[in-house]
Amino acid sequence: MASLLQPPHPKERRIIFGNISKPSYGPDIETYLAHGGYESLKKAITMKPAEIIDMVKAANLRGRGGAGFPAGAKWSFIKYDDGKDHYIVVNGDESEPGTFKDRYILHEDPHQLIEGLAIAAFATNVHLSYIYIRCEFPKAAKIVWNAIKEAHAKGFLGKNILGSGFDLDIYVHQGAGAYICGEETSLLESLEGKRPYPRIKPPYFPAVLGLYMKPTIVNNVETICHVKHIIAMGPEEYAKMGTPGDGGTRTMCVSGDVVRPGFYELPCGAVTLGELINDICGGLKPGRTLKAVIPGGSSAKVLRASEVFKLKVKGPDGQMIDKETPLLDLTMDASTLQAAGTMVGSGGVMIMDDSRDMVWALNNLNQFYAHESCGQCTPCREGSLWMSKVTTRIIDQGARPDDAKNLKNIADNIAGRTICAFGEACSWPTQSFLAKFPDEFEKRVV
Amino acid sequence: MPLMIDTTTRQADAITPEFASEAQELISHYPVSKRSASLPLLHLWQNHFGFIDDTGIEWIAAQLDLTPVNILELVTFYPWFRREQAGKTVIRVCRTLACALAGSYEVKEKFCQAVGLDPHEEHHGFGCAPPTTADGKFSVEFVECLASCGSAPVALINDDLVEKISPSGVSAIVEKYK
Repeated sequence: MASLLQPPHPKERRIIFGNISKPSYGPDIETYLAHGGYESLKKAITMKPAEIIDMVKAANLRGRGGAGFPAGAKWSFIKYDDGKDHYIVVNGDESEPGTFKDRYILHEDPHQLIEGLAIAAFATNVHLSYIYIRCEFPKAAKIVWNAIKEAHAKGFLGKNILGSGFDLDIYVHQGAGAYICGEETSLLESLEGKRPYPRIKPPYFPAVLGLYMKPTIVNNVETICHVKHIIAMGPEEYAKMGTPGDGGTRTMCVSGDVVRPGFYELPCGAVTLGELINDICGGLKPGRTLKAVIPGGSSAKVLRASEVFKLKVKGPDGQMIDKETPLLDLTMDASTLQAAGTMVGSGGVMIMDDSRDMVWALNNLNQFYAHESCGQCTPCREGSLWMSKVTTRIIDQGARPDDAKNLKNIADNIAGRTICAFGEACSWPTQSFLAKFPDEFEKRVV
Repeated sequence: MPLMIDTTTRQADAITPEFASEAQELISHYPVSKRSASLPLLHLWQNHFGFIDDTGIEWIAAQLDLTPVNILELVTFYPWFRREQAGKTVIRVCRTLACALAGSYEVKEKFCQAVGLDPHEEHHGFGCAPPTTADGKFSVEFVECLASCGSAPVALINDDLVEKISPSGVSAIVEKYK
């Protein structure tokens, strides 16, 4: 893989990508051990499981897969001594358009993931775990499987890990080309060998009725990798890197119309969107101006360059006041982007410049969602296809006067009416492109 | 659209002891439920035989104490599996937004031209092979996001990720797989 890692920008703090950045670094266990590998696991197995969970909570680690759920809280749903089998499933089905960080972790630092996973398993009384990797990463599956065997041989996995009496087996499970398997309950159905139709919540919260109907944690690859660093540096030090509700670093994947696309590991909330685009990514291509930003994977609502947001901030006297914040001044953390009506999601930032046609861009995403809807819920199965057909027709033949209204109507009747969040994911692009760029749809009317 | 699936092959007749023991090894990864080995066995089958015929579906079902429809419904759901032979080299060009912004539509067209396929031939899915050259050497298809948006446009060619593809560089890439 062409290396997308530039020398670290002064604003970057490479924790997850700290070793991967080193030219001589490789995925084998000897290299990992020479870089302090498995020291966090050695420390963790001398601790009480509840202490580890408290550390992850104190670190304010939020999930890096898209939903941003606090990881410590997720783990504490598992009752250590309830007499049931528990499982952890790592979500390595990275397929949200705009996101490409897990690919590099899996290929280049698999032991980081295995160490984090062993610590997580020790904390939650898990003895069997699966790493679900999409089949479009065939080499990653081999690399991770090989790393698991290496870790077994050194006593970091298997029976009686490092003499602690704790047992853990990990296996790699490959997907088969379906985006929906990134949804956690769909992933579990897929792992059970069934059609991956998402399960309805309640009652099928993974923490209660997960894999094989047993309490299960599903975490993203990057999230699990952070665990070893929380143990190594201590939760206070780790949390300090981020904002109060969003600790540590987050890998921002930047793609589209910037000079230096790539991934950048930044303390949560450390940079504004403007700094990310202009400073870190080298700005837009020569002669171009910014038109639109999708800040957190393709499902996140699009933002328009000229937008100004009213955000609540603490005033000088401690009162919350409204502050007018232009797009480029938004800080890239979970709560700010949520206040701006979108989300930090999976960290996939897609940039589009003034040469881009927003109807064309939306049509591209609509075709993606129409292809990837699993078909279980009617509003999503039919609606995603209708939206795709309408935008394709607008491009091929021009728009009818009521197309924009109809598109909005279709999207509004999907979101909130489906079993899983794919319903929102497929309707938010249409809703937001229509709301932010109505002019582009109007000028298509013939 | 009729499914043009050839049902006359008998792949299961060619199962070797090595293949069967590899299947058993995969099943052992799932001590709680054998059914979990469905996808691994389908991958094993497709990697070995190139596609999955009726006898494959029946054989896998039998290993896992399932009925064939439990396996067939996976083959028809997951885009990765196919019921027809594809080219020896399968070129999967990423179609989704970041790659499209970087020119993946033109890149896909160039791949089709370089191997001698009609760029506008449709791929029907539902287990059909993607458009394949008459000599069986190449298949070309669009796939959705390959998670390498920072080095767009990209393609997955067999097991290799090829990044930052320029339309003018396509024929040199194809040469490597001839």
